[in-house]
Amino acid sequence: MIKITLNNKPVELNVDPQMPLLYALRDELKLTGTKFGCGAGQCGACTVHVNGVAMRSCITPISAIAEQAITTIEGLADNNGKLGESAVQVAWREFKVPQCGYCQSGQMMSAAALLKAIPQPTDEQIIEHMQGNICRCGTYKRIKAAIKSAATNLTVTANSINKHNGVEIFDARQFANKNQGA
Amino acid sequence: MNSIENVSRRGFLKVAGFSGGAFVLGMNLPMSTAQAKSATAAFSHELNFFVSIASDSQVTLVCHRSEMGQGIRTSVPQIIAEELEADWLKVSVVQAKADSKYGSQGTAGSASIRNHFTSIRQIGAVAREMLEQAAANIWQVQRSSVKAEKHFVIHTATGEKISFGELASHAAKLTPPDAKKVKLKNNADFSLIGKDVKLVDLDNIVAGKAQYAQDIQLPDMLIATIVRPPVVGGKVLSFDASEALKIKGVVDVIALKPRSIPVTTNPLSGIAVLANNTWAALEGRKKLKIKWQHGDKASHNSNEFGKQLAKQVNQQGETVAKKGDIYNHQYNDKNTLEATYTVPYINHSPMETPAATAIVNGKKCTIWAGTQNPQWAKGNVAGELGLKKDEHDNIELNVTLMGGAFGRKSKADFIIEAVELAKATKRPVKVIWSREDDIQHGFYHSISANYCKAELTDNGSADYWVSRNAYPPIGWLWNAEAKTPTDNQLALGFGDIPFALNNLSIEKHAVDSFVRPGWVRSVACINNGFALGSFVDELAVKAKLPTRQLWLNLLGDDRHVDPNKNGFKYSNYNLDLADHPLDTKRMKDLINLISDKAKVEQKLPENQGWGISFLRSFGSFVAAATKVEVVNNKVTVLEMHTAVDCGIVVTPDRVKAQMEGAMIFGLSIALMGEISVKEGKVQQSNFHDSPVTRMNQVPEMHVHIVESDAPPGGIGEPGVPPIAPSITNAIFHASKTRIRDLPVNKVFTV
Repeated sequence: MIKITLNNKPVELNVDPQMPLLYALRDELKLTGTKFGCGAGQCGACTVHVNGVAMRSCITPISAIAEQAITTIEGLADNNGKLGESAVQVAWREFKVPQCGYCQSGQMMSAAALLKAIPQPTDEQIIEHMQGNICRCGTYKRIKAAIKSAATNLTVTANSINKHNGVEIFDARQFANKNQGA
Repeated sequence: MNSIENVSRRGFLKVAGFSGGAFVLGMNLPMSTAQAKSATAAFSHELNFFVSIASDSQVTLVCHRSEMGQGIRTSVPQIIAEELEADWLKVSVVQAKADSKYGSQGTAGSASIRNHFTSIRQIGAVAREMLEQAAANIWQVQRSSVKAEKHFVIHTATGEKISFGELASHAAKLTPPDAKKVKLKNNADFSLIGKDVKLVDLDNIVAGKAQYAQDIQLPDMLIATIVRPPVVGGKVLSFDASEALKIKGVVDVIALKPRSIPVTTNPLSGIAVLANNTWAALEGRKKLKIKWQHGDKASHNSNEFGKQLAKQVNQQGETVAKKGDIYNHQYNDKNTLEATYTVPYINHSPMETPAATAIVNGKKCTIWAGTQNPQWAKGNVAGELGLKKDEHDNIELNVTLMGGAFGRKSKADFIIEAVELAKATKRPVKVIWSREDDIQHGFYHSISANYCKAELTDNGSADYWVSRNAYPPIGWLWNAEAKTPTDNQLALGFGDIPFALNNLSIEKHAVDSFVRPGWVRSVACINNGFALGSFVDELAVKAKLPTRQLWLNLLGDDRHVDPNKNGFKYSNYNLDLADHPLDTKRMKDLINLISDKAKVEQKLPENQGWGISFLRSFGSFVAAATKVEVVNNKVTVLEMHTAVDCGIVVTPDRVKAQMEGAMIFGLSIALMGEISVKEGKVQQSNFHDSPVTRMNQVPEMHVHIVESDAPPGGIGEPGVPPIAPSITNAIFHASKTRIRDLPVNKVFTV
């Protein structure tokens, strides 16, 4: 039995500890907003947050995130906790970013993590952080524009956001090792 | 506005009577949810298969075409609502199941609007006239003295009005007028067509609530992953499932029935691992031990095969179209150019890999799938289950959103896999494809070679033109003897060369097939457009003219080109040539527009260059301009422009989005989208070795849409063909290196 906090609620998972979080979310918890794209951490469709940091759930075993706080697209909210109204979601609607929409949960989760770490990212920082997320429909131009718009809208509240030192793509295996060490 | 219930009107009404059969997409308890919803809804009146109006005036429109990101679930209802005079804010959209009563549902060939614009308008106009007649009856006046306007019918003389909701029950009792005789709006009166309305699926996608085929969850459902023969036509000799069955959660291992060549759109066969969850299925799959008999397609090596095709097109082929006589002409070597262009196999790689869920209960079958061809899939499933013609409606096929398709999901192989396994297990089965499955067992854009030859003329144009191509034809899927493309397929940027030539020979070659060919976004326009766009640029270089000028000179006078005059049976994408002409003025206008907008003749720093290209395809005209920089053997794409003349625009922002997407898709094709085959097996496996464009490769992008009153052309595909040649032409002008063999990353870092 592995306990996590999922979208601010405690959840207990009775599954193979090696099961990647993606399948636990989709098959066990029926939260299908997080998508399968490659199964190898290469496309970003499965991106969720672990303690606010972007992570590829398709290569992250449940055992690596025990007792951690997970946020999925279904739990993304504005600073007042209003679901679906996070700055990136508002901007995604404004710029009509999605085409097929399948990769967009992952895109928004990556973008939200970026803005949490760097509230005013440069173009280079956006590209560096977002190039792990593939969109085959080709919505990149709008993703960039939406992130910039969300960043502008966040400026007002930027000081109240908990800043990280830098952006990192969460490496589950390293995390697991660290955890085992502890 | 964002209702995505996947219910046919008939199904919806049935649910209202609690007789069942409907399904709310992705909900675990479909029946109870649908019933709860309809029990509280106002009673709905069906005016036709597409239009229902509730007594509270809420309009429900059926979208019969499949959504893969092109925005058709907005555009089709938008057109119906326009003619219906409905208020867009009071419209909800329901996805049609597979049913011939809706007419064509095949969402391919960029055809939804270009081929069905008028018939979709008629659906709305018929319902509007019924509402107007109902009001006229109530007021006891002629229908000509009333008029529908934004969800009301108004008595023009008195200004009195009745809401659609109040009229619906009366209108539903009337005999519908003849669709061909209803009056359609003048273009000038459009209030929805040409406007950017709220997109139907946007809110659900952004909230993570949009439901795709991969997302279907049913009680008692098994998840299946399949190991397919690595070589097309291969067979399982033996397999050992004992270790796989030891994995906790694995329920069964099933050998799919053997299939043979012609492969059709059937599954490839193989061994399926079925489990209670995806992870167990994938873990079980790793433990399978399978011995294969690869069959004779194991002789295939795409590298050698590509060279063979290139050699082939340098020989005379079978005539497709002919004008004058090129073979008794003495070419002047100094003014003559020959070039051979090659394009590799290309995979669709939609972000959502294929998936389908099925329940088979005796002769009854329920399916949820993201399919571009619902009725074709339903027919395939009927064949699989051995159903008679009058039993086809035992199959209920629910159409989900597709997480991208690009042609891949026009084939029903993954749906038949789910049906086969659901029948075998007597449980709901969801078949999911891994990324490796998608890349290694696709229906690929065929590897190809194109040859062009022409002689420059004194007036800055060219003549004595030869175009040849050679590639495995799609017809091989159904006929193992098929070796050449049909006229329909040769109409894609090949037999329809619009140049003012006195002497022309267009020829095809016979080619064997080794992997499954498929329709990839813009199909043979990919290779034919690459050859044409590259060759015009090469001719311009030879003639020392700006590429724009050579295009204009080749296109010649303003006129409507008729490829039939060259003995080619030209199908024009199933469009009437009178409505959708090969209009050289529109072509030249577009080439001038793109050149001016992008300023392609501006002086550039060293190592930078502009490239342009053009192709008219799927009824639309598209030109592209690309600026690149080539430094230290690395190509950086700096700026891209696309100009499109697609006639009447229905949803401008989605046209723009398709053009933006086509630039990115074209970038992938040009720079790095190669699938290679060795001993019959696809060599790539995931995005690390089968890369597609990522954000760090995206240039500044601009879309220019030409305003036009011409009948609408297609929009999903026409943006793609001019992109790759505009890039390689730009590379030439930046570096003097001519890329005739895609992708670019064989030569340059990208």
